[in-house]
Amino acid sequence: MEILRGISVTAGVAIGEAVILDAEEYRIPHRTVPEQAAEREVERLRAAIAVSIEELERQAQWMNTHFGRDAANVFTWHVGVLSDSKLQGGIESLIVDKAYSAAYATSTVMRSYQRRFLQMSDPLLVERIRDVQDIERRLLRNILGDAREDLAHLTRPAILIAHDLTPTQTARLADTLVIGVALDVGGSTSHTAILLRSWGKPSVIGLGDVSTRVSGGDTVVIDAANQLVLSDPDRPTLESYRRQEASFGRLMDEWESLRAMAAVTGDNVAIRLMSNIEFPHEAKASVEQGADGVGLYRTEFLFLHPDGPPGEEAQYQAYRAAIAGAAGRPITIRTFDLGADKYTQEKRYEQERNPMLGLRSIRYSLANVGMFKTQLRAILRASVEGDVRLMFPLLVSLMEFRQAKMTLHDAMEDLEEQGIPFRRDIPVGMMLETPAAAIQVKEFCREVDFLSIGTNDLLQYLLAVDRGNEQVSRFYDSSHPALIRVLRDVIRIAGRSQVECSLCGEMAGQPLYTLLLLGLGLRVFSMAPANIPEVKKLIRLAKISHAQRVARRALTFETARQVTNYLREETRKVLPEDPF
Amino acid sequence: MPGPPSEIREVTVTNAEGVHARPVMRLVDVASAFASRITVANVSGTGEELDGKSAMSLMLLDAPKGSVLRIRAWGEDAAEAVDAMVRLIENGFSDPSA
Repeated sequence: MEILRGISVTAGVAIGEAVILDAEEYRIPHRTVPEQAAEREVERLRAAIAVSIEELERQAQWMNTHFGRDAANVFTWHVGVLSDSKLQGGIESLIVDKAYSAAYATSTVMRSYQRRFLQMSDPLLVERIRDVQDIERRLLRNILGDAREDLAHLTRPAILIAHDLTPTQTARLADTLVIGVALDVGGSTSHTAILLRSWGKPSVIGLGDVSTRVSGGDTVVIDAANQLVLSDPDRPTLESYRRQEASFGRLMDEWESLRAMAAVTGDNVAIRLMSNIEFPHEAKASVEQGADGVGLYRTEFLFLHPDGPPGEEAQYQAYRAAIAGAAGRPITIRTFDLGADKYTQEKRYEQERNPMLGLRSIRYSLANVGMFKTQLRAILRASVEGDVRLMFPLLVSLMEFRQAKMTLHDAMEDLEEQGIPFRRDIPVGMMLETPAAAIQVKEFCREVDFLSIGTNDLLQYLLAVDRGNEQVSRFYDSSHPALIRVLRDVIRIAGRSQVECSLCGEMAGQPLYTLLLLGLGLRVFSMAPANIPEVKKLIRLAKISHAQRVARRALTFETARQVTNYLREETRKVLPEDPF
Repeated sequence: MPGPPSEIREVTVTNAEGVHARPVMRLVDVASAFASRITVANVSGTGEELDGKSAMSLMLLDAPKGSVLRIRAWGEDAAEAVDAMVRLIENGFSDPSA
């Protein structure tokens, strides 16, 4: 089982077989074949090579007749490469030793040569890449033959894995049996992401290298609510996702009836359910679907654009659109959380040895003040149009918060000098997502207007677990007693300091933790829009008095397993039919 | 590489275009006529030893005019093979324009 993290553009769970689409629209149906099929694959390769050589010789002859010997010579090297027994041996050994399909082995070998030509000093040789690509395409065409299918010819539901999709390809998905999409890139243009969203099936993008990690035919789970893609899930995981897939459909039906209802507990305590969004237009969609506002707008998505960082005007327009979508409800804009896993598109700075502990998030912004100030200007300009709040991510020290606020004041002064309107009293808060900030929460509360607990990073730093690393991801457990105690302290101290405290990590959207969080005193939950109806339903059935008992009891356990079992039991008492 | 080569020679690329598609194919044709194992390395470049009978490998020589190539061969006809390769390169790959 392999778990990859990306950015969700839609909600829900999709489970299916992977089909891989490569950049040239050659669908390589299977990356690997059963061992006993290796001989057949080698035969396919040899036949394809023979046919390719014949084609080229015919072509050379035709060119010789029509354009003369020089033009025909262009293809001489192509024939030479196809006749190259060393090259052929390399492809065949991948088929035999690694059980690669003929198509995938060919593609792998040809691409390794393309990379080598890229490194040549002679610019004319760099051009040779095109020839190698041409040879690759010819071979693939001859290997795949009729098996080379358009997505429109899928005969059963499948999950599409690709490096990237063009807007045209994305727009055509509706006419196919594709039930979910996972992409390496963050959407080469945000158009792809927007089109995926309007298509509506579970999709996760910005996965980095999903297209090289998943093989055609693998079972893949797209867990869009949690921004995850799992390949070859183990049986318990797969079964749990099958149940979620079913319950998601059921919840969609309940959505309508829950939408207009308030998130009020059975004993009449009002809870605010906010949405976490990545795209400006999601603000409108989530509010229409019953969110009380946007608790977390992750602006770094603006960055995942091939043209590089967005300018002030582009950002301003994006923020305005999001604010307009929130329709007067509060919207919290978080400044760029770049670096580490997020900055997948352009690796412009040197690779860090330990990026999660590296130049990321607010550190990255403070190290790139020009970029940071541009963002702050854009947010400030947009702030006059709604109930906008500003939030800084990943603070470790008060000095960082002060420095970030200083930059904000600089931006304010500039705007003032230029006579551009902005909201001077814009609330400024922090993501509480490092152990240091949790320990110093009292001091932070004297300076921040609000805080939002980011349990995803907090847990990672608290438990020293990179959950993207499958060797240790099982240790990443939100039920860990240490996290629960930290949450108790943070929520309690924020309450005493009269600083609004919300929680925007994945825990907020997981019904398993709803009672616990209510009992710990949390009143503002921010989650993926898709999770809102489930949590709302539970809140409407829960009583604060019961939740407080649950929280007190949960705090007495010594291990995560005990906590999980206990919470599951108590949640079932409130919501008997749900399988959590 | 199995044991020391039977023959080693160095030669400078003299033709204007360097070792491009057509010269590569000429080298492969000449090398393939011999039983010996033959390698070509660009001493002025990476120095990596590339299979003299592989059209794909030799294209990686990255050898413009003036590059020094080292030809090595293992086998009974190694001397003749290296001799033929060196002659081909010295003659500018029989390029009439060279």
